[in-house]
Amino acid sequence: MTTTAGEAAPQIRRQRLRLGALGPIIALVLLMVLGTLLNGNFLSFGNLANIVARSSFIGLIAIGATFVITSGGLDLSVGSMAAFIAGMMIIIINGAVPGLGAGWSVVALGILAGLAIGALGGAANGLLVTIGRIEPFIVTLGSLGIFRALITFLANGGTLNLNMAANETYSPLYSGKIFDIPVPIIIFAVVAIVAEIVLRRTTFGRHIAAIGSNEQVARYSAIKVDLVRLMTYVLQGLLVGAAAVLYVPKFGSANSSTAVLWELQAIAAVIIGGTTLRGGFGRIWGTVIGVIILELIGNILNLQSLISPYLNQAFQGAIIIIAVLLQRSRRTAN
Amino acid sequence: MSGTEGAPVAPILAANRISKSFGEIPVLFSIDFDVLPGEVHAIIGENGAGKSTLMKILSGFEQPTSGTITYDGKTVTLPPYGEAEAMGIVLIHQELNLAEHLKVVDSIFLGREIARAGIMNKRLMLEKAKALLNTLHVGIDPNARIDTLTVADKQMVEIAKAISRDARVLIMDEPTAVLSLAETQTLFEQIRRLTARGVAIIFISHKLDEVMHLANRVTVLRDGQLIATVDASALTPDTAAQMMVGRELSNLYPPKHEPDVDAPVVLSVRHLEARGIHDISFDLRQGEILGFAGLVGSGRTAVAEAIVGLTQGVAGELVVNGRPVHFGNVAQSLAGGLAYLTKDRKGKGLLVNMGLRPNLTLLTLNRHLRGVFVDTASESRALERAVRRFDIRARDASVRVGQLSGGNQQKLMLGKTMESEPEIIIMDEPTRGIDVGTKQQIYHIIAALAAEGKSIILISSELQEVIGLSHRVMVMRFGRIVGELEGAAINEEQIVRHQMGIEGKAAA
Repeated sequence: MTTTAGEAAPQIRRQRLRLGALGPIIALVLLMVLGTLLNGNFLSFGNLANIVARSSFIGLIAIGATFVITSGGLDLSVGSMAAFIAGMMIIIINGAVPGLGAGWSVVALGILAGLAIGALGGAANGLLVTIGRIEPFIVTLGSLGIFRALITFLANGGTLNLNMAANETYSPLYSGKIFDIPVPIIIFAVVAIVAEIVLRRTTFGRHIAAIGSNEQVARYSAIKVDLVRLMTYVLQGLLVGAAAVLYVPKFGSANSSTAVLWELQAIAAVIIGGTTLRGGFGRIWGTVIGVIILELIGNILNLQSLISPYLNQAFQGAIIIIAVLLQRSRRTAN
Repeated sequence: MSGTEGAPVAPILAANRISKSFGEIPVLFSIDFDVLPGEVHAIIGENGAGKSTLMKILSGFEQPTSGTITYDGKTVTLPPYGEAEAMGIVLIHQELNLAEHLKVVDSIFLGREIARAGIMNKRLMLEKAKALLNTLHVGIDPNARIDTLTVADKQMVEIAKAISRDARVLIMDEPTAVLSLAETQTLFEQIRRLTARGVAIIFISHKLDEVMHLANRVTVLRDGQLIATVDASALTPDTAAQMMVGRELSNLYPPKHEPDVDAPVVLSVRHLEARGIHDISFDLRQGEILGFAGLVGSGRTAVAEAIVGLTQGVAGELVVNGRPVHFGNVAQSLAGGLAYLTKDRKGKGLLVNMGLRPNLTLLTLNRHLRGVFVDTASESRALERAVRRFDIRARDASVRVGQLSGGNQQKLMLGKTMESEPEIIIMDEPTRGIDVGTKQQIYHIIAALAAEGKSIILISSELQEVIGLSHRVMVMRFGRIVGELEGAAINEEQIVRHQMGIEGKAAA
């Protein structure tokens, strides 16, 4: 008698769990079907590769956001930080070209500077949250404003353009292909795989989830809460830098409207992917699917004429709210 | 104040043969209790004696399982959620229920604002609040924000609020626990003013001297039973302490194996000072179970958290195994062989949304690494060992910790702590809120750990537990160690006398 009861219970739970895990995948498949109905070429390798490549900026940022949100934090500054970093990279590369030429060394200098600025920006956010004991919402709302103002200031209200020669050297990083796969997709995939492993298989990942689940328990369990928190913001900043590194060769310019509302897209992707907004549980692969879902929605809106594509961000906004509602109802159901 | 016995005054509020069970666990057995207008009736008893439950029943927050409530001569069913306030029965909770950001005047009229068509008449409310505070003779500015007030003043605001609701019965749960002596005096003056106006006061306190000073009658509860209701004048601290305790030791506890007389001192604390604790000094020997008794809030947890580095601003000396140490955080104290088991299982001990495995290894994840990766197979083996060793019962390994019973949570937390193989373990309320069968298991685990040579500090508010397990007992009061008991001196009466602060004043 006890054995039958013992077998039945886990089975039911496993099924429910799988359904929860499958949610984003089902949504992805439905969107692909819808896209194919609208356009026969939708599922072609070229179109899909294009979609994933375009989602790689947001993807890299959303991977960072997964770490921050899993630890119970939030970073609203990612979009304007990306614009600021892109602007700084252009200024640094343009400034170095006269002295060092427009070769890979200058581009590498720009890339390193972009990553470093990202890490520093993230560290600033993280230090204010941990040492400053300020709500992450407030800290990153403030830095959102600061970074946005700085890019506008650097561009003097206009647009910063990358040196043409340097752009030529740099652009293969976005448009190039290895074994027919666009470089940004490879970078996105590698970062996603490493991030998934870090979150799932390392003590750092475990500690992030523990802090997000209950900071007090983490503190009482000998976890260096402030350090781990800080590192999630540094990682986020670094990945924002990586996104800027891919953005600059694609567009070759930066201005005050660069990367506007990327924070909305990144956070929406994380939540769609099944990471809990309040922290404690996160999954990178879910975020990756979430990013692609958002990109598909944008793509599909462009393919049809019923709904204006200008409403894209309204969809993203609605999705993030609905996803959190679903998370909450699942919790109360339990 | 009128006499209480034989006076022709009818009780304003009475409980008649009240019993209460939570699920299958009875907590009150057929209690008779009443309070007269203008009387202070105190309730005393140990933790878990049923005082708070009785209060909640008398104020409608809980419904009795059987028995009746009589109010103003009529049998009534008190409405829940504090709605009995409208009838004139007000309970002032121990943790005051004031919104910290409101002004005094707004707090007093909260939920009963004087308004016309939704527009508040602020001036009238202010005048009334001023008049009210004046009748209480307290100089609180009605425009002050609650969070700028002292605890004592907040209590006065609660009282003012109660009076503004025309309270006829005022129930106070340990109102003086957080007050200084001077503040207590002010409170007592207020209480006397209220009783002079005919308000009936029910008063819970652990401080026997106050009870005898203030109350007309005293009711003693023990284990949910009514022991006696007596005139306060007939009570001495000794008789009160005797009535409150005096149970037999059951065979819940394993036999005590005293540590060797020459067992080395593994932990020596000297003049430890931190927030809420003063001049704490004691020694712990290898294989010893050192009990820490005291009332809730007497500073026992603060001592533990200061030792293991959870508190900032700690002064004093700590010597572990002969070496002076200072722990800045939990990781350092663990490395020093010292572990602390929090009393707050769900808030500080376990991740209730996660499974058993990550909880078990949270302290010691570095022992389950293969390269830079966490070796989940090694974690699972650790869980299997812990489940066997501590008899942790879960339906299967995938259940979340929040779904476990309190006893199994406690055992898991014990397992988690023991994973770090500490030599010294500080256990804070290790059996709080768990059933008696699991308690017994935990008692045997504790005794076995000590017999293995581990040294244990046992903080507990259950006197029986401290007495049944400890080789030596420290009693704390107001953040200080006020007594050290050994051998036959470890008994309830001695501990109660120390923790109440009557030892020495009324020695038998």
